[in-house]
Amino acid sequence: MTNVLRLDGVDRSFGDRQVLRNVSFDVVAGRMTGFVGGNGAGKTTTMRIILGVLAADAGQVTWQGAPLTREVRSRFGYMPEERGLYPKMSVREQVIYLGQLHGLTSEAARRATDGLLERVGLAERGDDLLETLSLGNQQRAQIAAALVHDPEVLILDEPFSGLDPLAVDTVVGVLRERAVAGAPVLFSSHQLDVVERLCDDLVIIADGSIRAAGSREQLRSAYTTPRYELVVESDAGWVRDHPGVSLVDLDGARAVFDLAAGTDEQPVLRAALERGPVRAFRPVTPTLAEIFREVAQ
Amino acid sequence: MNVMQATRLVAAREIRVKLRDRTFLISTVVFLLIAAAATILPPLLSGGPSTVAVTEAAAGPLRAAGLEVLAVPDDAAAEQAVRDGDADAAVVAGPEVLAMNDAPNDVVAALSTEPPVRLLNPDAVDPVVAFLVPFAFAFIFFITSQTFGAQIAQSIIEEKQTRIVEILVAAVPVRALLAGKMIAGTILALGQIALVAVVAVAGMAFGDNTALLSLLGPAIGWFVPFFLLGFVLIASMWAAAGALVSRLEDIGGVSMPVQLAVMLPFFGVIFLNENVTAMRVLSYLPFSSPTAMPLRLFSGDAAGWEMVASLALLLVAAAGFLLAGARVYEGSLLRTNGRTSIRTAWRERETLG
Repeated sequence: MTNVLRLDGVDRSFGDRQVLRNVSFDVVAGRMTGFVGGNGAGKTTTMRIILGVLAADAGQVTWQGAPLTREVRSRFGYMPEERGLYPKMSVREQVIYLGQLHGLTSEAARRATDGLLERVGLAERGDDLLETLSLGNQQRAQIAAALVHDPEVLILDEPFSGLDPLAVDTVVGVLRERAVAGAPVLFSSHQLDVVERLCDDLVIIADGSIRAAGSREQLRSAYTTPRYELVVESDAGWVRDHPGVSLVDLDGARAVFDLAAGTDEQPVLRAALERGPVRAFRPVTPTLAEIFREVAQ
Repeated sequence: MNVMQATRLVAAREIRVKLRDRTFLISTVVFLLIAAAATILPPLLSGGPSTVAVTEAAAGPLRAAGLEVLAVPDDAAAEQAVRDGDADAAVVAGPEVLAMNDAPNDVVAALSTEPPVRLLNPDAVDPVVAFLVPFAFAFIFFITSQTFGAQIAQSIIEEKQTRIVEILVAAVPVRALLAGKMIAGTILALGQIALVAVVAVAGMAFGDNTALLSLLGPAIGWFVPFFLLGFVLIASMWAAAGALVSRLEDIGGVSMPVQLAVMLPFFGVIFLNENVTAMRVLSYLPFSSPTAMPLRLFSGDAAGWEMVASLALLLVAAAGFLLAGARVYEGSLLRTNGRTSIRTAWRERETLG
């Protein structure tokens, strides 16, 4: 069996409101999959269904080809969107407790906790009550809580929200390690720049349906209208009159333009060279935000 | 991880946290002090033998009776000793016993011949004790089911309010969460009562009150199962009440019916305890039977089969409330915004369980 977490035709309604419609996508082992969508698009509901916190009305979730059971899910790591640990328990104690709830022996939980607190930079604060920690450190504790049982699959709902830049780097590092070690990592985020930097694969959800899913490169090429940037010595305004060119942006010597389908970019470059020196000529790949805006509409 | 293991882990955490809670520790110490004071102090306060001022010639029988004798030269000096507070009483010519404002029974007894007494019902309980003991039971049940029930509710709300509940629900069955809390609450409640009982028994032994001890035996034996089932009944309601709200501040509104369900039977038993019919009814109603039935037993009013029948009713009620409470708990646990109505919680079975 391949190490794939697969959602297949998942539906879910709350009362009359259908919040998930035929949601299907794969989260592949060893890859970081970004899960993007607006508020209320269905990200959290999808993740809760994966974890069994909510039941699906239809469809199913499988891991390595088999439907999920509680037994299997207990080997998943989950960081819910609404964060929380016990405020009046020490960090170490509650991470150990959560490890035990996920099936670790107390000895194994203790060892894993010490290692993780070290890794996320909380070793010194382990015996402090959670409520005495800064918000950023509480987030680090939350990450440790999600990872203590060395999960096979990681599901993280907005893991970077509320993190200071240093903590983001720590968390990214930890998640990468897990992905490299072979775990599928699914994380949602509304910070598209972070997702852009991190994810190997991307799933875009809007209004309860999956609008796009695939590797970052695939999506880029699929949603790219051929767009180029040209920088010349003097005014680049003449590009506007070149056949097949529709100008997107013009700023003196710099022009950004789209080419009509089937138009080759080389004639544009030649035309530019005939007019004088060309400082830059390159294809422009769309940012994730642009792709998102396009598919989520 | 099966339900049993998860339940044990949850219960162990609840107990560990509670044992470190200062409020809990202080209240336990206060209970223990009260129990010790109530059993040790009365014999001490009632004081030793009276001091009697008397002329040396008449001192013989009083000494023989174990009283403390203050020898005085004459009757006038004896009376003065009482007035000065040097003696509790004086015996003067006549014989006549003098005291300030309270007839000294032990002195009178030492001077008189008692007729033989034949008790027709030697086991009958001293009426004061017969009144106090059942109310001690009722009071213990009342206080413990309120405090520990409320603590179960608080612990449920804490998990909802801090949102850790979602991690917990993803890791272990919801049933295990609830069962762990109920078991921990029961163990803590019983543990606290057992401690109080040990101190009370030690106090009675210290105060030479072993007669009462032998009387209490069977009543305590029956009180334990009634207490256990009654506690489960009340705690289930507290659990459901706690699950319905998402903030500690909101517990007041939902817990009012639970408080009434404990308070009304408690006061019912206290005010109607002279009324045989009312007590018979109360001793079968699940909410009042944990207090009313041991009371009837103690006063020699209930037969063995009545205890069993009432216990069976209580068992059914407790099981029913436990299941209903669990359903409300499951249905409202993940609704972390505002208050959930019982009806919604009852219908909604969100989790896979």
